[in-house]
Amino acid sequence: MNRRDLNFAERLYLSEVFKGLWLTSGHFFSNMKKHLARQLGFTRIEKGAVTFQYPEERRPFSPRYRSRHRLTQREDGSPRCVACMMCETACPARCIYIVAGEHPDPNIEKYPARFDIDLGVCVFCGFCVEACPEDAIRMDTGIVEIAAYSRKEMIYHIEDLLQ
Amino acid sequence: MEALLKLLSDNVAGYGSLASPLQYLLPMVLASLCCIALVALFPIVAVYAERKVAAHMQDRLGPMRVGGWHGWAQTIADGIKLLLKEDIIPSEADRVLFKLAPLVVFAGGFASLVVLPFGASVIVSDLNIGVLYVVAISSLGVVGIIMAGWASNNKYALFGGMRAAAQIVSYEIPAVMAILTVVIPVGSLSTQEIVRAQEGGWLGIGNWFIFKPVTAVAFLVYYLASLAEVNRTPFDIPEAESELVAGYHTEYSGMRFAFFMLAEYVNMFVVSAIGATLFLGGWNSPVFGGPVAFMLKSVALVFVQFWLRWTLPRLRVDQLMYVSWKVLLPASFVLVILAGALAVR
Repeated sequence: MNRRDLNFAERLYLSEVFKGLWLTSGHFFSNMKKHLARQLGFTRIEKGAVTFQYPEERRPFSPRYRSRHRLTQREDGSPRCVACMMCETACPARCIYIVAGEHPDPNIEKYPARFDIDLGVCVFCGFCVEACPEDAIRMDTGIVEIAAYSRKEMIYHIEDLLQ
Repeated sequence: MEALLKLLSDNVAGYGSLASPLQYLLPMVLASLCCIALVALFPIVAVYAERKVAAHMQDRLGPMRVGGWHGWAQTIADGIKLLLKEDIIPSEADRVLFKLAPLVVFAGGFASLVVLPFGASVIVSDLNIGVLYVVAISSLGVVGIIMAGWASNNKYALFGGMRAAAQIVSYEIPAVMAILTVVIPVGSLSTQEIVRAQEGGWLGIGNWFIFKPVTAVAFLVYYLASLAEVNRTPFDIPEAESELVAGYHTEYSGMRFAFFMLAEYVNMFVVSAIGATLFLGGWNSPVFGGPVAFMLKSVALVFVQFWLRWTLPRLRVDQLMYVSWKVLLPASFVLVILAGALAVR
């Protein structure tokens, strides 16, 4: 790497120290000003911190963010899924388990009698969403707090995914 | 304490008829209770303030949960946690030294409070060797640090203790030299005398030593050296967490660790208060004098310590020694000679 030699003022350090102090104090006082203004009711002024107070305040997700899956529904509330197994096949983690059943409507061939996703295994790659020909599975719930006390509870069934 | 004694004997009926030792004992106990209250409360406020200052300098919010309003009770909760923690002593540690070390470190900072001139009559004891006393008694802390490092039977703790010893002993010399530049023109080691010498002047601040040619530079030297003496960043090499785990207090937890933290913050306050006494006019102020002005000046200097800590990275060990022996020490010698020349003139 091509490094520049320090010039005389920089080698004295003091001027650089004061530059650093100027920078940090700039952050400190401008942030305090912003906090004070917001406390006084000027809510349109930008926040004084770049962090989020998580459970109360949530970071806005990008629209293409991949969160917990959901199964989309037809107008009558039944799942759009036709149990074609495309997502199960595409899944690199093999976390989807589908059992197909025969649909009473002759226009629709099959329906999922079981549709389980083991979120403890899922890698949130989104391949299932891309593979689906029926737009029956999406990852747009915005739910990221997926936690459970046992591995079994990490398996989400069709009832959970339809909501 | 003398003022307290006078207050008691003037206002409490029959105080003069008490047994003579008791007459002196009561103000002593009261004064030390006040000091203990200050020592116990200041770190609680200062730790919270430091975390908030650090957070706002880094565009964060800092503690926001405990106690409702902006996490004001965070340090109290931390203190209670430390009190309740299990008291662990490593099995190979030197038990006596291990238990003694935090107390020695703490005692060094605590005893310095005796000569801090909070106000014209608000001082525990106006020793005629006040400044010398502070310099001497605050060196007790380094003994405690080496004790902690040695007794822990841990190589990182020992390294921390050794580094602390080298650092504090090195930086005491420029600090004392810088103090001398103030003592020479005043002609007294009493902290009260030094504060009185800074009364009046232009706008009521003209006689402060920070506004005089030689002592202005001496203030810089003193402040840098005092930062090193209390092991604060950029001179926090004894507890450099990225190299030495936590330095000399690696093996300490719970209340003993809390004592080290307490001592660190008390020492920060003491060196700032000494700086305010010697260079910033003590309790003199153009607007309002007394303990409020003194505390404001001390706290302002403590804030600068926070500010430096969250701005500068840590020095390397050789750089640290270079700054002390090759920069600050010659500079402070020149300053002492100049101060002497000015005094003789």
